[in-house]
Amino acid sequence: MLKIENLHATVGDTEILKGLSLTLNAGEIHAIMGPNGAGKSTLAYALGGRPGYEVTSGSVDFTTAVRAEPVEAQDGEAPASDPSTSSGRTVDLLDMDPHERAAAGIFLGFQYPVEIPGVSNLQFLRESLNAQRTSRGEDPLSGAEFIKLAKEKAALLKMDMDMLKRAVNVGFSGGEKKRNEMVQMGIINPKLAILDETDSGLDIDALRTVGSGINAIMRKPDKAVLLITHYQRLLDEVKPDFVHVLADGRIVKTGGPELAIQLENEGYEAIAEAA
Amino acid sequence: MNAPLPTRRDEAWRYADLKALEPIWPKLAGPEKINVPAGETVSRQIDALTVVDGVGMVDLDVTIGDKATFQIHVLAHNADYGRIQVKATLGNGSHFELGGAILGSGSQTLEIVTETIHAEPNATSNQVVRSVLAGKAVGSFLGKINVARHAQKTDAAQSVKSMLLDRGATANAKPELEIFADDVKCAHGATVGELDKQALFYMASRGITPALAKKLMLQAFIADAFVSVADDTEREAIESKALEVLEALS
Ligand SMILES: Nc1ncnc2c1ncn2[C@@H]1O[C@H](COP(=O)(O)OP(=O)(O)O)[C@@H](O)[C@H]1O
Ligand SMILES: [Mg+2]
Repeated sequence: MLKIENLHATVGDTEILKGLSLTLNAGEIHAIMGPNGAGKSTLAYALGGRPGYEVTSGSVDFTTAVRAEPVEAQDGEAPASDPSTSSGRTVDLLDMDPHERAAAGIFLGFQYPVEIPGVSNLQFLRESLNAQRTSRGEDPLSGAEFIKLAKEKAALLKMDMDMLKRAVNVGFSGGEKKRNEMVQMGIINPKLAILDETDSGLDIDALRTVGSGINAIMRKPDKAVLLITHYQRLLDEVKPDFVHVLADGRIVKTGGPELAIQLENEGYEAIAEAA
Repeated sequence: MNAPLPTRRDEAWRYADLKALEPIWPKLAGPEKINVPAGETVSRQIDALTVVDGVGMVDLDVTIGDKATFQIHVLAHNADYGRIQVKATLGNGSHFELGGAILGSGSQTLEIVTETIHAEPNATSNQVVRSVLAGKAVGSFLGKINVARHAQKTDAAQSVKSMLLDRGATANAKPELEIFADDVKCAHGATVGELDKQALFYMASRGITPALAKKLMLQAFIADAFVSVADDTEREAIESKALEVLEALS
């Protein structure tokens, strides 16, 4: 689904990503852990196309399954895509504008979600969803269809509908902002979610809600998740298939869920050095 | 009008486009006088200026009776030089409300100039001006507030915010307070900024096109100027006119 090869990226004049390679297949959840300043957010922003995060070399291919034939489709879901055989559509992510990447199926969960005064969550989300649908040649959702969808996803994340009527993230607590990111993800229903420290700022109950929300929305054979986190706790909820350690702009170690436990016990330094 | 053409040294004309004004100056009729009788409410809504030779001028001299209200909501956009000038003299317990959006581009010069005279106690005034300026446009707000010695319990507020879309655009905000009473609240704030880049990227990351993101943010930005329009239909009318102008700006 996502193939990152030898990615180099600079912020200002400083090179932050120094040859990062990573492949995610459909149906997989990958966790990225790493010390502060390692470049985790930079990776997320570079994949999202944020201005100021300049990719200087490397490639990022993004492949989504081609819409299934009506006979094969069950319950409106695309069948599991086996990357070796399925006929996917591959795009060069680095060649696309941020809004085009979103429409292609990429969702960025922000470490620090942004406040937008005067624009309500509902208006923001409806515009987002319909902009994506329009660019994919789908019909926009009607007001009633959208509200139904929003209610369903808000309930999944235990978010009060009244909060969705308020301006985007304005006056939200840290935890509410993160939960709001997940409501947005539920409504937008992306193929690939890149979640940057979605667990930080959450209390235990909210963590569990967010974890089960991620599972419900993204644990699908045709989807993938890149989960940036510092803590084992989220990984107890959202069980990763792979765990990577990002240090100094590269993936220095890859393993299974046990690597996260080892990191929690031994710290990044020991593991990054041994690698 | 017999008065001589103003000069830049006249405080209330310091940002004016005097060159544009000169040819039509003799033809100007002077301020329209409005008397709001005690206890009554008069509202004005202006969504376009009447333009003669490129100049659009609104000039009002309003006397607001005791416990009366005068409201004006104005959209300044369609003139090479546009000026909305309001002098409001407030009676006891009265209210003056001004909401204005200045939407300029090209080489337009647009300004809202107010003189608010709190002549009697217990009166309130609230002025909200939002400017969105592109190209080499100049948008200005000059708001003079005068509170007479015995006008206690005056509450006079001004909020002026400007958004510059291009480097060549200019925003001026000039509050001028002359307060002779002591029990007075005068809140005023002025900011100049540009579109929030973080918010633009946040919106893009959700699939919103740059043009739509800009539109949503500008729409939210100028909405403050019209929240005080009591009638929903009237508010929606002036907001949708504003949106139409905004879309042409970007
Ligand atoms: N906008 C920026 N301007 C300058 N330096 C930045 C900026 N963003 C990130 N950096 C630097 O890049 C490095 C990686 O940052 P980041 O990707 O946020 O790390 P992480 O998310 O792993 O903690 C850090 O040294 C940080 O100081
Ligand atoms: Mg980070």
